[in-house]
Amino acid sequence: MANFVDRIENGADMKILVCISHVPDTTAKINFSAGGSSLVTDGMAFVINPNDEFGLARAMQLKESDGADVTVVNVGESHTEPTLRKALAIGADRAIRIDAAPVDASFVAAQLAHVIKDGGYDLIITGTESIDYNGNQVHAMISMANGLSLVYPCVGLQLDGTKATAIREIDGGKETVETTLPLIVAGKKGLVEESDLRIPNMRGIMMARSKPLEVLAPVDGAQRVSVATYEKPAERGQVAMFDNVQDLVKALHEDAKII
Amino acid sequence: MEMKILVFAETFDGLFKKSTYESVHYGASIAEAHGGSVLAVVIGKATPLVEDLGKYGASEVVHINPNETMNFDSSAYASLLDQIADEQGAQAVIISGTTNGRALSGALAWGWDAGLLSNAVTLPSQMNPTQVKTKCFSSKGFAHAQSSEERVIISFIPQSIGIQEHAVEASVTDVDMPVNSALQVVSADRVSGKVPLPEAECVVSAGRGLKGPENWGMIEELAQVLGASTACSKPVSDMGWRPHSEHVGQTGIAINPEIYFAIGISGAIQHLAGVSASKNIIVINKDPEAPFFKSADFGMVGDAFEIVPELTRAIAEIKNQG
Repeated sequence: MANFVDRIENGADMKILVCISHVPDTTAKINFSAGGSSLVTDGMAFVINPNDEFGLARAMQLKESDGADVTVVNVGESHTEPTLRKALAIGADRAIRIDAAPVDASFVAAQLAHVIKDGGYDLIITGTESIDYNGNQVHAMISMANGLSLVYPCVGLQLDGTKATAIREIDGGKETVETTLPLIVAGKKGLVEESDLRIPNMRGIMMARSKPLEVLAPVDGAQRVSVATYEKPAERGQVAMFDNVQDLVKALHEDAKII
Repeated sequence: MEMKILVFAETFDGLFKKSTYESVHYGASIAEAHGGSVLAVVIGKATPLVEDLGKYGASEVVHINPNETMNFDSSAYASLLDQIADEQGAQAVIISGTTNGRALSGALAWGWDAGLLSNAVTLPSQMNPTQVKTKCFSSKGFAHAQSSEERVIISFIPQSIGIQEHAVEASVTDVDMPVNSALQVVSADRVSGKVPLPEAECVVSAGRGLKGPENWGMIEELAQVLGASTACSKPVSDMGWRPHSEHVGQTGIAINPEIYFAIGISGAIQHLAGVSASKNIIVINKDPEAPFFKSADFGMVGDAFEIVPELTRAIAEIKNQG
C-alpha cells in the first residue's frame, strides 16, 4: 500500500474512494411479491443513493480544489453498471464493481474493506445510509475492518494536507472534530448543498464511456442477516376533515385525546 | 444457560437519554420472554444514578470510567462493549438507534462477529435464530430480518417500543477503561431546550406554503404551546429558510412522534417516507388536492396564516385549563 502521508506531503494527488449504492429512485413505489419474499423491481428506476451523491459531489469539489484521483465502487451485479457510469459522467476518474449481489451489510463491508486495503485511499466517503435497506451499518463496519476513524453523520469536511476537520451531527446539535487522513466519512446533505449536486452533461457522459470500470470477483465475506419476509405498512384510515379550528381542536382534545 | 443481554446505556452531556430507558426495557422484555438477565453498560459520568437503570430492568450495571476523554468514537466505544460482552458471555446486545447508537451498532457487529438487526420497530418475534420486524425502504416497507449468528445486536428506532418499568435491584461494578480515539472534538454546537427530532413526541412541521423564513414565528409559537419540536420539508431546508437539521423526510431525519402537524406541506412521497411512522398526522393545506390529505388522520383545508394562530390560541386555552 502506498504511503498516503508521504504521497500528499510530497504534493501528489490524494486518492478518494466513494462507495455507491444502487437504489430505487426516491419516488419509486415499493411493492413486494406475493408472500412478501422479494422486492418487485420490474419497471423500477434506480439511482445513485442520494446520501452517496452528496459524498460524490464533495469528492468532485476536493478534486477541483486540491487535486484528487476519485474512484467509485459498488457491490452489485452487472445491472448496477449504469449507476457507476453515471458517477463517472459526474466526474469520477475510475470505477470498481464487485461482481456480487449485496446480500447484507456484513458481506458488502467485507468487499469494500478489501478494496480499501488494496487501494491505499486517503479518504473514503460513504453515505450515512442507503434509502433501500436504511441499515446505517457499512461505514462503521469498514471503519473497524480497516482500523480507520469514522465521522458519522458527516455534514462538513475540510482538508488541509493530511489534517481533516469535519462536522458531525449529534442528537440535538453538531460537533466539529479534528483528525488525520486516512479517514472514513459517512455523508449526507450538508456535506455539500443540494445546489452543489452535479448533473452529468453530454461531455461527461461521452467521457464516462472510456473511463476504466474494473470488475472484480468478490472475496469471502460472511452473510449474517437475511430477510424472512417483507410487508407493506398498514394503510391509514380515512382522514377526518374539519372546516373550522374549534372542531379540529375538539376532535384532537376530547375524542382522540392527543393534546 | 440463562441468556445475558447487554444494553448500551447512552448518555448525553452526562444525562441518560430517554431512549436509554427504552433500551433497558427492551432488554428486560426479551429477558422476561425468553429467560435471561440484563446488564447495562454506561460509559462516563451519568446522572441520575446508574443504579436507577434497575427501575427499567437492569440487574447489573457496568459503569466504565474512561479516565480522560470520552468523546464518542464508534470504534473505540465498540471495543469497550466488545470486551465486556465477551467477559460476561453476552448473547445479545441492545442499542437504541440514536445518531451515535447507529454508528456504534455497525462497529460492534463487525468486531464482535454478530448479526446486526437495525431499525427494529418491535420486540423480536423469536430468539435463536433471532428475528425482528425492521423498517426498510424509508418506511415504505418492513422486513422481518433474521440473524444467522447466535450473537445478535438489535438496534431499534427510538420511541417505537415505549418505556416500561421492571423494578429490579441493580448491582453496580465500576471499571476503568480508556477510550482510545483519533477523533478530537474541538467544538460543539448544541441546540438547547429542544427535544431532538427522532425523540420528539410532538412535531410541528411546515413547508413552502409558509412563503418565507420570516413567517416561522407562528410555527414556533404553535410548537411552544404544544411542547413540540419544529421541523420542515426538504425544499424549505434547500432554500435555506430553515437549517438542514430540521429537514424531515427520506433524505432528512425520519421521525415517529405521537403527533405530527404538517402545515403547508403538499406531501410528496419522499416527505411521507420520513414521517409516515407518526401515530397521528394532522395536515393543514390550502390545496384540497394536496396528496398529504390521503396520508393524514386529521385534515383542514385553508390558509395557514389564519388557521395556525387560531390553533395556537385554542390549544393554549386547553393547556391553561389543564
